[in-house]
Order: sequence, then C-alpha cells, then structure tokens
Amino acid sequence: MSLGAAEAAITVAEEQGGGLWREAVKRLSRNPAAIIGAVLIALFVFVAIFADWLAPYTAMAPDLSQIEGPGHVPGPSAEHWLGLDDNGRDLLSRIILGARQSLLVGVVSLLFGMAGGIILGLLAGGLGGWVDSTVMRLVDMMLAIPGLLFAIGIAAMLGQGMTAVMIAIGVVNIPVFARLLRGQMLAQREADYALAAKSLGVKRSRIILGHVFPNSLTPVIVQGTLTLATAIIEAAGLAFLGLSGEDPSIPEWGRMLAESQRHLANAPQLVIAPGVAIVLAALGFTLLGEALREALDPKYRR
Amino acid sequence: MNVNNLLDVNDLEIVFSRRGRRDVRAVDKVSFSVAPGETVGLVGESGCGKSVTSLAIMGLLPKRGVRLGGSISFDGTELIGLPQDKLRRMRGRDLAMVFQDPMTSLNPVIPIGTQVTEVLVRHRGLSGDAARKEAADLLARVGIPDPARRLKEYPHQLSGGMRQRALIAMALAAKPRLLIADEPTTALDVTIQAQILELLKELVRESGTALIMITHDLGVVAGMCDSVHVMYSGRIVERAGRRELFGHPRHPYTGGLLASIPRLDQPRGERLEPIQGSPRDMLAWAEGCAFAPRCRNRVEECVGTPPALGPDRLRPEHELRCYNPLGGSND
Repeated sequence: MSLGAAEAAITVAEEQGGGLWREAVKRLSRNPAAIIGAVLIALFVFVAIFADWLAPYTAMAPDLSQIEGPGHVPGPSAEHWLGLDDNGRDLLSRIILGARQSLLVGVVSLLFGMAGGIILGLLAGGLGGWVDSTVMRLVDMMLAIPGLLFAIGIAAMLGQGMTAVMIAIGVVNIPVFARLLRGQMLAQREADYALAAKSLGVKRSRIILGHVFPNSLTPVIVQGTLTLATAIIEAAGLAFLGLSGEDPSIPEWGRMLAESQRHLANAPQLVIAPGVAIVLAALGFTLLGEALREALDPKYRR
Repeated sequence: MNVNNLLDVNDLEIVFSRRGRRDVRAVDKVSFSVAPGETVGLVGESGCGKSVTSLAIMGLLPKRGVRLGGSISFDGTELIGLPQDKLRRMRGRDLAMVFQDPMTSLNPVIPIGTQVTEVLVRHRGLSGDAARKEAADLLARVGIPDPARRLKEYPHQLSGGMRQRALIAMALAAKPRLLIADEPTTALDVTIQAQILELLKELVRESGTALIMITHDLGVVAGMCDSVHVMYSGRIVERAGRRELFGHPRHPYTGGLLASIPRLDQPRGERLEPIQGSPRDMLAWAEGCAFAPRCRNRVEECVGTPPALGPDRLRPEHELRCYNPLGGSND
C-alpha cells in the first residue's frame, strides 16, 4: 500500500470518528492538565509561526556596543529583555526564532515516523502470517538499539543538517508506531463487528482497511502527541551534539545550549532560557497527550 | 436427504484441537435440514454447540485448530471445503447472520449508513444515491423512525433495540435465502425482545427467508419456530414440530427446560423446578448419555452405551435420544 493511500485512510478515519472525538474534546475541556497543555502548545505554535514578527531583533545582527570585552555577556535590560549572548545577539529573539525550528523538526519527524510506522503496522496487522513475522522481527531489531544512539548514528550517516535530524528521529519512531498499530489491529480483528462484517460477505481488504484500521488508530494518535514531545527533546539533543549543522543564522535551542555551556557560571540565563523553552514545549505535548489518552480510554468513559 | 431442502446438515462434526491439549468435540454428528421459508429452532444451554454449528454453516470458524467433518449442503452446494472467495460471495447474499450483541456487532467509528450501504454495494451493485435510498428504505422496513437521519448517526447514538434492528436490516439487505439468528434477543430488554422477535417473524414471512433461530430460551422458540432441535453437549437429543415438542416433551432435558420456565397458569407460590447440576456435570458421549448425571429419569443402561437418535415409537413425530423418556418408555 502506498503512503498516499495510508494517509487518505487516516483522514477518512478522522472524519468518520466524529462522534467519538467530539466526546473526547468535551472530556478534555474539563481536565486542567489538558488545558494547560493546550495553552502551552498554542503559545508554542503561535510563536513558531509568527516568529519573524514577534522577534524584536534579527537572529544575526549583533549589538557589539554592549559587549565590554571578551567573555563579557550583557544581562537583561530594557532593550534586550533576556540580555545578549556572547556574540552580542538578542537572546529573546533567538529563542523565538528557535521555536520555529523545534516545531518544524518535531512535526516533520513525527509525520515521517508515523507514516512509516502505520505502513509497517498495517502490513503486519492486516496481512498476518509471514509478513507479520518479518515486519515484527525488523521492528524488534530497530527497538533493540537505544533510541537516541540510533538517531545519532543515522544523523551522522546522513551528514549534518536539519534534514538529517528529522529523518533520524522519524526512523527511530517508526517501530513504536508499527508495533502499536499492529497490536491494536490484531485485537480489533477479533472484534464482533469484524465477524459481523465478514458474515455479510464484506471483502477482507475492506474489513481491514475500512473497519479494523479506523478502530485501531486512536492509540496511534495519542502516541503521536506524546512522540511530538520526545521528538522535540531528541532534536535538541542531536543539535546539542552538533548534528544539526552549523548555520548560525538559524537559531536552534539545543545548539544554543551547547554554545553557552562555558557561560554557565557567569551568565546562566543563556542556558536557562533555551532549556526552559525546550521543557515548556515538551511539557505541553506531554500534558495534552496524556489527557487525550485518558479521554479516549474506554475505561474512563461514562 | 431431501432435494427440496435449502440446507442439509449431515453428520456435522466440529473438533477443536490445540497442541498439548485434549481435543474438544464441540459438535458430534449433528444432522438437520431446513426447507425454504421454514423457521427452525436450535435450542440448548451455553456450550452445547449451537453457536459453533451456526458459525460452521457460515464458514466463519477459524481454519487453524478446528477440524470439520460431515457435510453442510446449501441448495446443492457443499459448503465444507468451499474456497473462501466463493464462501465470501455467498455470505450476505445467500446466507446471512444476526449476532447476539448489537452493542458490539456494529463498527463504532463508522456511521450506520455506511455500514448498511456497504452490503448493498457489495451484493446488489448499487451505488451512490441509489444505495443510500435503499438503505433508508431498509431501515424504515425494520421499524427505525426517521431513517434518513439515522443513516448519518454512529452506533453509540442508537439504543440497543435500534441497533439490533439496523443489524437485521443489514443481514436482510441482499435478500438472503437463509438467515441465522444467534441469540438475537439475549442482550436486549424483555419488552424490546418481543418487538425484535415479532419483527424477525414478519420479515421472514414477507420475504420467504428461511430462519435458523439459535437460542437457549424455549419461550423464543415457542413463538416462531416450525420445528425444534434440542441440543445437549454437542448432540441433538430430541427434535419435533413445535406443538408436538411443547405439548409432549419426551427427553428429560427438554422436560427440564420447560419446567424451569415460569408459566402464567401455574399456581402462585409454586417453586420452579431447575435442572440439577450444571452442564459441566456430564458424561462423554462414548461412556453413555451425556445428560445422565443430571437426569431424573436415569436408568441403569444410561451409563455404558450411549442412546442413539431415532424415531420415537410412542410419538412418531418425535426423534429422540433416550432410553427412558418422559411419559413412558419405547419398549
């Protein structure tokens, strides 16, 4: 099955799942954690999209007049709310512009990993038999390697740069989605409605794609929200290790952390600011993801 | 075997075998037939093999771990061993099934309409507006009010009775010649049960569909079946026409089932008579009558050689598998 078809199936499933999702949204709006998460995500996405308008300064143009000597880092002031970094660049602007990078890496790598995982999961859970065994052994092999190490390896292999980071994080997440979807599909295939559809002569492919697959997507979507959080952290980690490329005109939170390590003692704000940004972004997706899991879990329903 | 029969089940055997476990013989040499338009009851308690029989007829048993023996012939076509794609073409079009639990038999994330039209598209080649219109007509026929709106709704927006009606509509969408209803009312409220039974009765009469009614509830059978087969532990122990069976139950098991139903003409305060023990207290058929350990009419010969199913000499309309039937022995 092609990528396009899988994605088309997802949109169909999401449209069709209207009733279930409407109820979930209602439950979410009563959960304070979900609201905090949603607000954090909204803020993060808003900042990322409108970064160019929101940032008071550009990412590059240094204000060298403020730097009094080598190693001097000017602290917060009226013009520069978070101060400047050791190159005289406005820290707040770089954090704001960095949000765009984080969101981009998170979303692209998530979509990549989800698409790959859904294709593998559909193959394994839908066809069963030797296809299932082959795909699952492949997935086991991928899961055997620690995630971050795996990502570093792939990113290093593909050469430095943002694209390499996105692909690396995406690949690391493929087995997670594949295994989740496969397990869910195996369970759903035994459901009464699948047997009922079979008893009416519905084709196997139609039962799998039209009945079992849409019913198996809920945990995948929840996992997707949670994975966004880890993807953002992993992206920062890879950037910290210098795998995201060296282009200084594109601020990246992880790289900012790495670059300001030596100022930890005399200018901790240089480290704290990007650190807090990473934490808040990841926290937003985690809170919403967990709340979503609860809202969609049949055990909590009614 | 009668050529005019729609369905002929002959010496059907279903054995579940799993590695490392003893084989379980769920259905043991069961034979019965269904004439076109006839309503047949298959009665027995949980685990007697009635549901497995229906799944075997539909070809819905898993291949692995299940051994099938005997023959199931539908309108001259042997169903056992028929390739899956041929079976799939027959399912829904020639034979259809209504399941026990309407709460789980509909796909929860797909609107009712899509699920009904799916059958119409598959078996009657309808598409688009024609399929939607026919789906609405079908829902109207099973007594769902405002069908056009209901088609857009999801299963959780419908009550249990409504869902069972929708499932019946789906099963009858392609005008099958045989409908199997496996405990179609067990999951419903008593008042709704009566409505659904009435609906089924009406629909099969209108369309001339033959119906196999699978149930543990003799009350259900009494209202609608032409003939009744009573199963115990994988075998048929008694069969007769409805009136005959209810008027003169011969097998002690049938008698026990009837005695355990409360009746309006019973004196007040009289206790119901349950069948003693549980279905687990049974004998393997090879060692005698499986019902013997729970039977009030047990005689010595019940343990040893199992009784055979044969015509009842006292009441020739019956077939019976018992040495010491109620109301007098054969000999």
